Order: sequence, then structure tokens, then C-alpha cells
Amino acid sequence: MSVDRPAIRLRGLTKSFGAGNAVDGVDLDIVEGEFFSMLGPSGSGKTTVLRLIAGFEQPTSGTVSLQGEDVTDRAPFDRDVNTVFQDYALFPHMTVLDNVAYGLRVRGVGRRERRERARAALDTVRLGGFGDRKPGQLSGGQRQRVALARATVVQPKVLLLDEPLGALDLKLREQMQVELKELQRELGITFIFVTHDQEEALTLSDRIAVFNEGRIEQLGTPAEIYDHPISPFVAAFVGTSNVFSDELSLRVLGRGGIHSVRPEKMTVARLESPISGDRSAPGILAEVIYLGSSTRIIVDLDAGMRVVVQEQNDARRVGDEERGARVRVAWSDLDTVTIVADRHADSLDPTP
Amino acid sequence: MLQPESGGPVPAPRDTGARRISVFLSRHPRLRLSLLLSAPLFWLGLVYIVALAALLITALWTVDTFTGTITQTWTLDNIVTVLTGSLYQTVTLRTLGVAVVVTVVDVLVALPIAFYMAKVASTRWQRVLVIAVLMPLWASYLVKAYAWRSVLSSDGIVDWLVAPFGGQTPGYGLPATVITLAYLWLPYVILPIYAGLERVPDSLLEASGDLGGRTGSTLRLVVLPMIWPAIIAGSIFSFSLTLGDYITVNIVGGANQMLGNLVYTNVGAANNLPLAAAIALIPIVIIFGYLAAVRRTGALDNL
Repeated sequence: MSVDRPAIRLRGLTKSFGAGNAVDGVDLDIVEGEFFSMLGPSGSGKTTVLRLIAGFEQPTSGTVSLQGEDVTDRAPFDRDVNTVFQDYALFPHMTVLDNVAYGLRVRGVGRRERRERARAALDTVRLGGFGDRKPGQLSGGQRQRVALARATVVQPKVLLLDEPLGALDLKLREQMQVELKELQRELGITFIFVTHDQEEALTLSDRIAVFNEGRIEQLGTPAEIYDHPISPFVAAFVGTSNVFSDELSLRVLGRGGIHSVRPEKMTVARLESPISGDRSAPGILAEVIYLGSSTRIIVDLDAGMRVVVQEQNDARRVGDEERGARVRVAWSDLDTVTIVADRHADSLDPTP
Repeated sequence: MLQPESGGPVPAPRDTGARRISVFLSRHPRLRLSLLLSAPLFWLGLVYIVALAALLITALWTVDTFTGTITQTWTLDNIVTVLTGSLYQTVTLRTLGVAVVVTVVDVLVALPIAFYMAKVASTRWQRVLVIAVLMPLWASYLVKAYAWRSVLSSDGIVDWLVAPFGGQTPGYGLPATVITLAYLWLPYVILPIYAGLERVPDSLLEASGDLGGRTGSTLRLVVLPMIWPAIIAGSIFSFSLTLGDYITVNIVGGANQMLGNLVYTNVGAANNLPLAAAIALIPIVIIFGYLAAVRRTGALDNL
């Protein structure tokens, strides 16, 4: 990994559409060979950043560098990056093989060689026998793989993927996630993956940038993002979190600041049962939702807040018929993540 | 159950005659279909196809040269005259040539305009341009043709514009006919191409550029093949409309005649309806030939 010459370097990248800034001063270094995800809700600017890297949009200000070279003013066809589009953007009038060979054709590679290389690329995505079909005759997952083969056959330095799995159903999506990861390892090139699906980002990525309102809210490994969110937005957007405001933290935890606890770190116990963990709060059982492998329990705390608890299914857990009963929610203080430290007593902060 | 404040229970639908007919029709889809299609099929069959058939039949009759009435004796004489007469051959080739040139000019002019409208202009400008393209259709054909007569006249605006550069107006003749017809049919060529370009997703253009395709390759390998059916559709308009035209060539064509003029003369002055019908068959045959050729290239497969 060369830190001084990253695959992609963004400096002060800003893009305005009309009044607002879709992208607002983004600084980012993406390391060579990394599987990097840009995660955020729709309208957070992640797709615009991708389009700025690809060259489909021109930044209002700031620069895009590719392997140390400033490419801000270059047209898309002059940049060594390729894109897998959300709608795949396969050419409907060409066969699958011609689609994959397109990038080689416009680069002037001879007919025989480009067909050979396109066939090899189709083989790597396990679509060897499909070269003569038209894109319209393929299923969504197959089209997705054609788009991957088409973008990788020209051996880009960076592959950009714009919500490529968004249109697939759940089972296929999970299968394609594995294939994407394998393909990235095989090719050894940098992947930049845009998604609004936090689970997908956590599963696939080496690092994640969480976007909010055109800025990077947090940058880190999946574990850092999930276990130590640095803002209430990240805590709520990546997974589910019970975020305690300053006032509630004082009441429930006995200290100020903003804190969050993941639902799976909490348990719900009947009032008379012993509790596990050194933190607990009483409340009323509001809802019990059966999820198969686990159960989601919603409790209205007396302190004035609704918390979500996720428990493994076992015999001890509370049932739906106990709705309205008084219960205690318990957790360990070690699982309490401090998002904003107590202004009065910084030393009590348990997280590093 | 939540009940809205006003109203109470929703009443069951009333059993009216109209409702019974609707129920009956929804259970008999074939009857529904035949009711729906009978009127347009009647129109298409009687008014459209029968008229064409009558034309064909008339071409096989003759005119009594003495009385000037049509005699219904079957003969191929008219067809043979039209096929072998050197006048008809010359005029057919001239008409065909004008139609081809008009079509080529129209497609070449329409492509960049349609591309700008569909892919470059903002939504607002797109609307303005569509109206601008349609606007000439609000004016009468004759007015536009006479306007071109004045534009192309020896003291007209074209002459005034090119005179400083040593040029002069093409005057009245076949070039003027081509210019005027190309102007008249341009909206019919722009609109289908514009609609075709609208259907090409922007992401395909981006994908082509992303894969290394410069503007030229993108147009040649992605855009043109995808809008080929739309271009063909537009060219059918300009081509067939030119084949049948006789007014423009009368107004700006000088002494030149096209097939339409021969038809007109034979219907009117010469009073020979069968021969006129035989001449009118020429453009029909040419258009059928054109459609067949287009079909063979596979351009209509994606329609």
C-alpha cells in the first residue's frame, strides 16, 4: 500500500446543483487495492462523488487525482476508471459478447483478440455460454455480471460500482456480494462501491465512508463504524441504535453526553427476575416482534424514551402476551458507546 | 373498526342497466374486442383499402378517345405505356432523385437538431424547441411554398445574402424544389428522430464514454444503431411525401415536372383517369420497394 500515491485522492471536492451543495468539500484518500464503500441515504452525495470520479460531472471546485495524477479536467474516456451502472447500461442492440468487447473495440484492439479477451472475461463471471445472446434475454443477475465483465475487461485501475446490487432480490444479492468480493480479490484492483444498504457495506468493505448531506460523516473500518459511531447520525444510520441524548444520559446513565447502545447488547427481564449487566432501566413492554432467529422487543422507558432490544430466542424471553407489563432493560456499561463526551467529567468516559 | 365521521356504511353498487352491460361485456372479452374494433376496421377496410384497389382497377381500364368516357374493358396498355414511355421514365427518375436528395438533406439537418433537443437542452428549452419545430405546421402549405418562391427569386433574400460573396440565388428549378420540400417535411423527420433519441437512456452514452468511446465512436456504435428505426420512420415521411408532391415543383420548380404533375394533368386537362391511375401506381410501387429494402436490413426489428 502506497500511502503517498493513493489510487484515488479527492481534495476539497465540491459540486453545486442550483442552490445547494450536493457534495460539500470532500477530502478522501482511497488506497490501492482497497474495497472501499461510500454509504449514505439517498441525496447524501455519495453517487455524485462517484460520478465526479468517473468524470460524468465536473466539480464546482476541488480536484480528483488518479494514482497521483490530476484528472479533474479529463473526459470520462480519458480516465483509467470504469463504472458498473445501477441500471447496468448494457447496449441493447449488441450481443453480450459485443457488449463486453466494446471497450476494447473503441480502443482499437483487433477483432479476433478482443473477442478472445471478452470470452475470457465472460468466463470469469461464469457466463461462458451466453456470448451470443442479447442483454434483453438475460436475467437481472446475469446482466449484472455482464456489466462487471464489460467494465473489468479493459483492466481499469479503479472500478466504480453505483448501487450495483440494488435491483436484485435478497437471495441473489447475497450471492452477488460473495462473487463481488471474490472478483475483487482475483483482480486485485481498487473497488469503490456506492450503496445505501449498511449491511452490504459492512459485509464487503475494507473501509467505509458514511456520507450525510454532502460530507463524509465518518471514515473507518466496518468495525470502527459499527462499534464506535462518532455521531448520532452514524449510530442511527449504520444498524439500529438506541441513542441517549444529554438529558436522558444524565437520567439513565448518571452522566452527561450523548451515548448509544446497540439493540443486541441489551436484554429485557421481568421485574422479579435477576438482571445481567451493570446498567438497567425500568419501563413498559410496548411491542414484541418475532424475527425467526431472534425477537425484537420495544420498551418505553420510564425515563421518557423508546428503546429497541434484540434478543436471541430462548425460553426465558418475554412473550407477546406480556405487552403492557412492567419490565427492566439491562446492559453492560462496556457496551455503552460515547458519541459526545460529558462536558463536565471527561475522565469517566469508558471508551477510548 | 374505524368509521369515518360522516357517511356510515358504504352502500352496495346499484343494479342499473349500464352496470349489467358492463358486467356482461367483462365476461365476454371477444364481444368487447369486436365492438371496439369494428368501426376502425370498417374505415380501414372500406375507405382505405378499397380506394387503393379501385385505383389499381381503374388503371386497367381505358378511355374512349372519341367520347372521353371510361370504358371498362380490361387492358394492360396504360401500365405498358407508363413503363416504356421515355417521358414517364425520365420523370420517374427525376422524382426519385428529388425524393432521395430531400430525404438525405432532411435526415442530415434533423439529426443534430433532434440530438440537441433530446440530450443537451434543458427541459424548458426542450419544450420551446418542440413548439418551434411544430410551429411551421400551423401555416398553410401554399403560403410556405410561395414564401420560398419569394425567398429564392432573383431579387429575394437569398440573392441579397450571397451577392456580396459573388453568389446568386439558385433560381427556380430542381435545387429550389429540393430546398422547399426539405423545408416542408423537416418537422416530420425531426419528431420521430427526437422521440427515438429520447428513448436512448443517458446512461448508455455515459457507459460508452466510460469504456473509452469518444464522441464519434459513441454516435456511430451506440446512438445511430439504436435510433436507426426512428431515422427510417422519418425518412419514410419525407420520401413518400416528396414522391406524391406536385404543388411545390409547380411553384418553385420552373419547367420541371414530377410524377404528381403527370397525374394531375391526366386527371384534369387530358381527362385520362386510367392513365393517371397507372402513373400513380409508380410511387406506390417505389414505396413498397423501399419498405421491403428497409425490412431486409433488419431496421424495423426493434420497432
